Amino acid sequence: MNNIDFSTKVIEMKGITKKFGDFVANDNIDLTVHKGEIHALLGENGAGKTTLMNVLYGLYLPTEGEIFINGEKVQITNPNIAIEKGIGMVHQHFMLVDKFTVVENIILGKETTVKKGNWNTGHLDIKRATKEVEELSRKYGLYVDPNAKIEDITVGMQQRVEILKALYRGADILILDEPTAVLTPQEIEELIQIMKSLTGQGKTIIIITHKLREIKQAADYCTIIRRGKKIDTVKVSDVSEKDLAEKMVGRQVNFVVDKKDIEKGEVVLNIDNIVIKDNRDLNAVDGLSLELHKGEILGIAGVDGNGQSELIEGLTGLRPVESGKIILNGEDITNKTPKYIIERGISTIPEDRQRRGLVMDFSMAENFILEKYHKEPFSHGNKLNHDEIRKHAKELIDKFDVRPRNEDQLAKALSGGNQQKVIIAREVTNDPDVLIAAQPTRGLDVGAIEFVHKSLVEQRDRGKAVLLISFELDEIMNLSDRIAVIFDGKIVAILDANKADEKTLGYLMAGGGVDDERKQA
Amino acid sequence: MMKENRLKFTIIAILIGLVIGAIILLAVGYNPLEAYGIMIAGVFGSPKYISWTIIKSTPLILTGISVAFAFKTGLFNIGAEGQFIIGALVATLAGYFLHLPPVLHAIVALLLACLAAALWGGFAGFLKSKFGVNEVITTIMLNWIAFYLSNFLVYWDKFKRPNSEASQKILSSASIAFPKEFGSSLGSFFNAPVNFGFIIAILVAFLIKYVLNDTTLGYELRAVGFNKDAAEYGGINVKKNTITAMMIAGAISGLAGAVHVLGVTNEISILSAMEGNGFDGMAVSLIGGNSPIGCIFAGLLFGALKYGGYKIQPIMGAPSEIINIVIGIIVFFIAMPKMIEGLTTIRSRRKRGGEVERSK
Ligand SMILES: Nc1ncnc2c1ncn2[C@@H]1O[C@H](COP(=O)(O)OP(=O)(O)OP(=O)(O)O)[C@@H](O)[C@H]1O
Ligand SMILES: [Mg+2]
Repeated sequence: MNNIDFSTKVIEMKGITKKFGDFVANDNIDLTVHKGEIHALLGENGAGKTTLMNVLYGLYLPTEGEIFINGEKVQITNPNIAIEKGIGMVHQHFMLVDKFTVVENIILGKETTVKKGNWNTGHLDIKRATKEVEELSRKYGLYVDPNAKIEDITVGMQQRVEILKALYRGADILILDEPTAVLTPQEIEELIQIMKSLTGQGKTIIIITHKLREIKQAADYCTIIRRGKKIDTVKVSDVSEKDLAEKMVGRQVNFVVDKKDIEKGEVVLNIDNIVIKDNRDLNAVDGLSLELHKGEILGIAGVDGNGQSELIEGLTGLRPVESGKIILNGEDITNKTPKYIIERGISTIPEDRQRRGLVMDFSMAENFILEKYHKEPFSHGNKLNHDEIRKHAKELIDKFDVRPRNEDQLAKALSGGNQQKVIIAREVTNDPDVLIAAQPTRGLDVGAIEFVHKSLVEQRDRGKAVLLISFELDEIMNLSDRIAVIFDGKIVAILDANKADEKTLGYLMAGGGVDDERKQA
Repeated sequence: MMKENRLKFTIIAILIGLVIGAIILLAVGYNPLEAYGIMIAGVFGSPKYISWTIIKSTPLILTGISVAFAFKTGLFNIGAEGQFIIGALVATLAGYFLHLPPVLHAIVALLLACLAAALWGGFAGFLKSKFGVNEVITTIMLNWIAFYLSNFLVYWDKFKRPNSEASQKILSSASIAFPKEFGSSLGSFFNAPVNFGFIIAILVAFLIKYVLNDTTLGYELRAVGFNKDAAEYGGINVKKNTITAMMIAGAISGLAGAVHVLGVTNEISILSAMEGNGFDGMAVSLIGGNSPIGCIFAGLLFGALKYGGYKIQPIMGAPSEIINIVIGIIVFFIAMPKMIEGLTTIRSRRKRGGEVERSK
C-alpha cells in the first residue's frame, strides 16, 4: 500500500465497451490504476476480465471507450504499441516456444545481435542476452535457469519466464491473467513476493484471479466485474472474502461443501505396485499402490512433479505402465488402450485442458461428444446425427451453466473457466465408475467451484468413486473422504480426511514422513 | 463472414496477379490486353475449348482434394504427384492386360488404381505412425520411387508400344470417354476427349465433404488433425487414423491419374520429369481454401490459366517461359493473402472487431 503514488494514474480506461457480434463482453467499464498499485480484477467465468485486458494490451480494439496511459490519451491498436507504452501481459495460457531455451524465449522478437561498429551482423548475441536476463532476474528476485529448455521446466518457472519477457521489453505495467491458477501453494507465495518486489520498484500490476485469499494477501484495490459490467472498485483492506464473493456472483456463496456421511463400498480400482516412466525415462511413478472404493472421494495431495501427471496418464492408457497392475472391477486394464479404459468406466478431467481436454477448433457441441461420437444416439452406423449432438450440447450447456449458451461456439472462443466447464460437463455425464479429476476447479470462479464440488460429491453419493488430484490443500481437505499423500512417485501416507490437518499434510508432502522412516531404518 | 472474406481475398489476389503479369508482359514488349484477350478466347472461344479446359482441370481438382483432405487431418501430402503416377500406371496396366466387358473394365481399372495409390500413400502414413518419420519427407521420396517405377515398367517389352516412348494403349473397354456417337449430335464440345472424369471429380468432392463433416470417421480424422493429444485422450486411435487419412488421400490422387489415362491419354509415356499434376494440386488446395468444394473451382481456375495461357505462345509468338512466369505470379498472389492473413492476424483481428479468436 505504501508504494502507491496516488497522484499518478498510470492507467485510466473510460467507458470501455467490447462487442463480439451481438454479444457484449465488456459493457461501459471504467478502470483506474495508480502507480505502484496491485490491482485485482475479479469476476465470474466469462465476465469479461480477459477481454478487458486484451483491449488494454491492444489485442482487441474496443467498440467504444477511451484509454489513457500516464494521463495521455492513446490508441492501442496492437500489442507493439502497448509494449511501447510500457504495458506487458502474461496470458492465461502461456505463449512460449517449448523447444527454445529460457533466454531464447525471453529475447524472441527483441533479439540482441552482435554489432560491429555501426554494422549489425545479425548474429544472435546469446551471451550478452543471457547476462541481461540474469541481471533482470536478480533485480526482481525472479530466479530461472537461462539455459534450460521450456519443456523441461515447471509451470511456475515458465511463468517467471513470461514475466521476465515482459520486463525485458521494458514493461512498467504488468498484466497477469490468472497467474496462480497453475501454481502450487509454494509457488503462489513466491509469486506474491515477486509482485511486491516489483511494485516496490515502481512497477504497477493488474492481476486477474479467482482466489479471494490471494486478493486479500496481495492486492491493494479490487475491481469487480459481473456479466461485462463493472460492479465496484473496493479497497481490499475494507472488505472480507465473503463480501468479495457476493459482489462477484450476486448471491451468497457457500464455501464449505455439504457432504453427508456414507459407508464406503467395495474396492473398484486397485492399483498394485505400478511403475511409470516420465519423458526423461526416469521412474516418475515408482511402485505406487492404492485402493479406491465405491462411494468415496480419495484425494491425492502432493507437490507438483511427484508423479501425479504420469499416474493419471498411466491409469488412462496414455502412457505405458512398466510394471505392476491396474485392476478395475476385477479386470486387469493395465496398458489397455484409452478407448478400452474409457468404455470399462474410467473418465478423466485432464489437468491440461487445452492440450488434452479440448479440440480448440471444434465447436462446444463437437467437444461434448469426444469420447462417445461413435455411440448411439450421436451416430448411427458411420453417420453422425447432428440433431442429437446439438440437443445433447444444449442440455449440458444448460445444466452446467456454460456461457455463452451457444453450442456452435468454438472452444477457443470460450473464456478459460467455461472451457473447463465444458470438460467437466462431458466427463461427469459419462457417469463413470471411476472419475479421475485432476485440478478440476483450476481457473473456475467461486460459484462454479461450488457447483463442481457438488457434482463430485453427487457422484460419490451415488456410489461411484472419485480420484481427486489437486495442488490445493483446501480443496483436497474439503472434498476427500481419505487423503493419500504422494511423494517421489509413491504413496507415503493415507489419512482419514477428518483426521488430517494442513500441517501434517504439508509435512508429508515435503517428504517428511519418508525421512522419519529412513531415520528409523 | 469468414467465408465471404476468403472469397474476396482470393478474387483480389487473382486481379493483382493478372495486373503484375500484365506489367511483365508489357516490360518484355507484348501487349497484355491482347495476351489476356487470347487467353479468354482460348478458354471460352468455342465449346471445344471449354471442354478442353474442363478436361485439363479434372486431375487438378482431384489432386487438390487429396491434398486438402490430408491437410484437414493434419498431414501434408506432398506425395500427390507420386500417387498420381501410381494411379496412372496401374490404370494403364489394368486397362491393357485385363480383358473385361466395357464399363466393368473401366470400373475395375479405376478401383485397382485407387487401391494401389491408397497403399502408396498409406505407406507414408504407416511410416509416420510406426516410426514417427515425417510424411513430408517420405512422400517426397515416394514420388521419386513412383516416377522411376513407372518409367521402368513402360520399358518392359510386354508393355511398351514398339517404336514409341510410351506404353501400350488401354483397351477401348476400359475407356471412360463419352461414346463418339453421343458426341457428334452435340457439336464441337465433344471434339475434345470428353470423359466421365469431371463428373467423378465432383462426386468425389461431395463425398469427401460428406465424410469429413457427417461421419464418425470424419470426426476422428478432424479431431486428430486439430489436436492429436486431445483425440488420443478421447480414445481415438491416432496412429490408425494417420494411416487411414494417407490412404484416402492417396486413393484420391491415384484416381486423378487413372481418370487422366482412361479418359484422355489412353497410355502413359516415359517421363523425363515429373508432370506436376500432384504439385499443382497443392496450389489448388491452397486456392480452394482446403475445402473439397473449393477445390472444384480452384481446379477449374488453374486449368483455365494453364490451358488458355499456353495459347498466347503460338498466336503472339511470346516465348512459353513468359507465360509460365505469368501463371506462376498469379498463383503466387493467390497464395499470398493466406500468408498475409497469417502474418497480420493481429491487425485483422482488430479491424474486424475481434471475431478472429486468438488460438492459444
Ligand atoms: N474471440 C471471441 N469471440 C467471441 N466471443 C468471445 C471471444 N473471446 C471471448 N468471448 C466471450 O466473451 C466473454 C468474456 O470472455 P473473457 O475471456 O473475457 O472472460 P473471463 O472473464 O476472462 O473469464 P474466465 O475467468 O473464465 O477466464 C465470454 O462469454 C466469451 O465466450
Ligand atoms: Mg479469462
